[in-house]
Amino acid sequence: MKVFEVFKTYGAFRTDRREFLRNSGRLLIGFQLLPLAGAALDGEAIPHPVAGNGRTIDSWLQFDSEGILTVITGKMELGQGIRTALMQMAAEELDMPMDRVRIIIADTSQTQDERYTAGSGSIEGSGNSIRQAAAEARRHLLKLAADRLNAVPEKLTVENGVVRYGTKTIAYRDLVKGQKLEMEVTGNAPLKKHSEYKLVGKAVGRTDIALMAAAKPYYIQDMRLPGMVHARVLRPPVYGAKLLSVPREEVLKLPGVSQLVVNGSFVAVVAADEFQCIKAVRLLREKAKWESPALSPLPAALYEDILQKGAGTETVEEKSDVVKNLSEASATLEAVYKRPYHMHGSIGPSCAIAEWKDGQLTIWSHSQGVYPLRKTISNLLNLPEAKIRITGVPGSGCYGHNGADDVAGDAALLAMQAPGKPVRVQWMREDEHQWEPYGSAMVLRLKGGLDGDGRVSAWQTEIWSDTHSTRPGGNAGHLLAARDLEKPFNLKSGGFSGGSHRNSVPLYDFNSQKIILHNYNGPLRTSALRSLGAYANIFALESFMDELAHKAGKDPVAFRLSHLKDPRARAVIELLIEKGGWRKGEKELVGEGFAFAQYKNNAAYCAVKAEILIDPSAKTYKVTKLSSAIDAGQTINSTGVISQTSGGMIQAASWTIMEEVRYDQNGIVSTSWDKYPILRFGDVPHTEVFLIDRPELEPMGAGEAAQGPTAAAIANAIFHATGSRLREIPLLPEKIDWKKFS
Amino acid sequence: MAEIIDIKVNGERHRVEAEADMPLLYLLRNKLELNGPKYGCGMEQCGSCMVLLNGKAMPSCVIPGSAAAVYEVVTLDGLARDGKLSVVQKAFVDEQSAQCGYCMNGMIMSATALLAENPKPSDAEIRQALNRVLCRCGTHTRIINAVKKAATEMNGAKSAGKP
Ligand code: FES
Ligand code: FES
Repeated sequence: MKVFEVFKTYGAFRTDRREFLRNSGRLLIGFQLLPLAGAALDGEAIPHPVAGNGRTIDSWLQFDSEGILTVITGKMELGQGIRTALMQMAAEELDMPMDRVRIIIADTSQTQDERYTAGSGSIEGSGNSIRQAAAEARRHLLKLAADRLNAVPEKLTVENGVVRYGTKTIAYRDLVKGQKLEMEVTGNAPLKKHSEYKLVGKAVGRTDIALMAAAKPYYIQDMRLPGMVHARVLRPPVYGAKLLSVPREEVLKLPGVSQLVVNGSFVAVVAADEFQCIKAVRLLREKAKWESPALSPLPAALYEDILQKGAGTETVEEKSDVVKNLSEASATLEAVYKRPYHMHGSIGPSCAIAEWKDGQLTIWSHSQGVYPLRKTISNLLNLPEAKIRITGVPGSGCYGHNGADDVAGDAALLAMQAPGKPVRVQWMREDEHQWEPYGSAMVLRLKGGLDGDGRVSAWQTEIWSDTHSTRPGGNAGHLLAARDLEKPFNLKSGGFSGGSHRNSVPLYDFNSQKIILHNYNGPLRTSALRSLGAYANIFALESFMDELAHKAGKDPVAFRLSHLKDPRARAVIELLIEKGGWRKGEKELVGEGFAFAQYKNNAAYCAVKAEILIDPSAKTYKVTKLSSAIDAGQTINSTGVISQTSGGMIQAASWTIMEEVRYDQNGIVSTSWDKYPILRFGDVPHTEVFLIDRPELEPMGAGEAAQGPTAAAIANAIFHATGSRLREIPLLPEKIDWKKFS
Repeated sequence: MAEIIDIKVNGERHRVEAEADMPLLYLLRNKLELNGPKYGCGMEQCGSCMVLLNGKAMPSCVIPGSAAAVYEVVTLDGLARDGKLSVVQKAFVDEQSAQCGYCMNGMIMSATALLAENPKPSDAEIRQALNRVLCRCGTHTRIINAVKKAATEMNGAKSAGKP
């Protein structure tokens, strides 16, 4: 695998802002074209108008006088490798070498407003815009070149950014001459034929991995700005607790502490040194007094409560009379599945830096949506958006809406209290564990009917779920700190329920089906966790398919295929069976389970097979192997798709077999990794990914496709090995009926 | 109270003014401005902050810098020689063993210690050695591949060097 050596020097250096920005790819930009990049380097935080309006080439691509191409995306690098994939797409259309391409990511002063980096939509959204802009740029550049070389554009070829006509050549650089490409992206510029692709579809190495491996400053946690101070927030013991008192004098006497900020129930310490700050917050935690409401319902009563209090019922889909068809079925089945609250569990807790200087607020953040965050901070501080700049800097993987936006809100509030100083807020482990918005607990009740031939004649799914999206989209009440202020902002929840019923509609060819959603307002804070409701919906749907197959006396894979016409769906299933094998000879103590879904019913097709090994004497089991076949349409970067699929399976396996947010009436109990264990290396299954590339088709989102199928495949494998049907996540070994093995 | 801590990090002696109870992690990151060891939990539960103490991979988030001064400390920042990545670092790059990469410090430091002690580890031994380090992105498969590749390369270099 070739790694492009953009960052070739690994020498020792001191980290200052200039160095940091250079390494994060921000300095590698021509100054004439992007003066704002230069401005940022000098520490000025003046928001500039973003180039272009989204409809022109220069909104997405710019050439500098050296012929370096800079791709501009409003999307954020989250560890999914989006930078490399987008650079590949632009380089491909323009026939540029990768080492002459740079990228700027999410920045309200430089990039288009592309909302959130979520829903596996970056390639389809930003990628498509960049590809169209690159095609338009190529058409324009070839026209210029044709004039200069006395040729017609059709006769020209391009290689490595150099246009050739016979023996005559001219480089893009000499055609652009530092000018902006301000022409409109028409959408009708010819795209390169996929048969001519040199970069797209290949395992192009990510350049940023070399930076990480060499311990270069890369993450927001590594940013050290001149004059930076450290802050920590003392979060309440439980949701909605009110501050009664803080040991103000005692804290202010501690060495290094410069400020104790108290606004309503929002409490924070500012100190010159990070460790001094941590010690001050420890003292605060010990001595601050709160009035805490009791958290309820408690876990033991949670699922009952969800079933009782689900309201705002909506019918997601209805096809023919399900009640009638169920009553006429020759056999019926009903089952209830449950999923607890799950954590994102970023390995690096959320972090942000904010600086209020000369009437401008600059925030460095690993948020998934810099523009929506800016709008929200504007609401929080009552400061016009034009006075706020948010620059995206990668953090630890987030897997959805974690503490990133909240900590940016903390930093913004504190920066306003410490003018002229960059304020760095780093959440502690317990902050992230306790306060991130979790993936919602859900209950699913499924009913199915089989006809005389053992085919599904009716299907009904009822979903109960809290919201899967409380992202800050402009309302400050979505930031934790805002709710604790003396004049609090309130969370307006509800509205979007699409996340709750994602993937609940079966892709199978059923003639009669009905999907109903009940919205629930639960005890814990929830928002988007990788794949949203699809995880539990697919867990239930694909477990239930197995149950129906069993009832019909059919092989579960054959049963699925007999209800599935979509050729691409069939292809991933068939490929996985062909490559990974399927229940060849019954092996004792081994279980194999299968599951399939097309993410969102419109993105990547993904089939997963789980293999488990049981140990009846120890009454336990281990997931030994997870295999997947995935079709994400046109593959942009095979390394990226494979990593995301393999990683998605491992993460989902961890959620499924062992994870559950624990809490009691006093608050969240899962405050550390030993109280919320996740899969460790010793227990991580082997993974294998088979990729179907369809270069002739549009690319489709792949990053979340494995979550749901993995859960069901494991449950189905447990059933295969033990005969126990586990319907409540986590699928702990003690839920298996081991009696028949004794 | 701040005191002077005399500590050897990445082959260089440093006299650092820090409080005696300041964990080594903060001393390395904030006083010496190193980026390798990362904050993950501060409780020796995640391995993000791994460093080598006399060659052994150990978390740096609890042990005070003053207590760590008896060891030779090596961080990820100090593995490269003359601008060249170590074999293990390079294997992680070649195998693209990162998604967000936040765990990479812990993984590389643990693998470096393992291979120094056991040049031909089995899969199980690799997993055991990396067990303290959490990876939430699920990059484990590529990480194992990188460690194996590094082992092969180091052994190849060694046997090639033999007469
Ligand atoms: S930060 Fe040291 S082990 Fe987690
Ligand atoms: S690559 Fe993200 S935590 Fe390991």
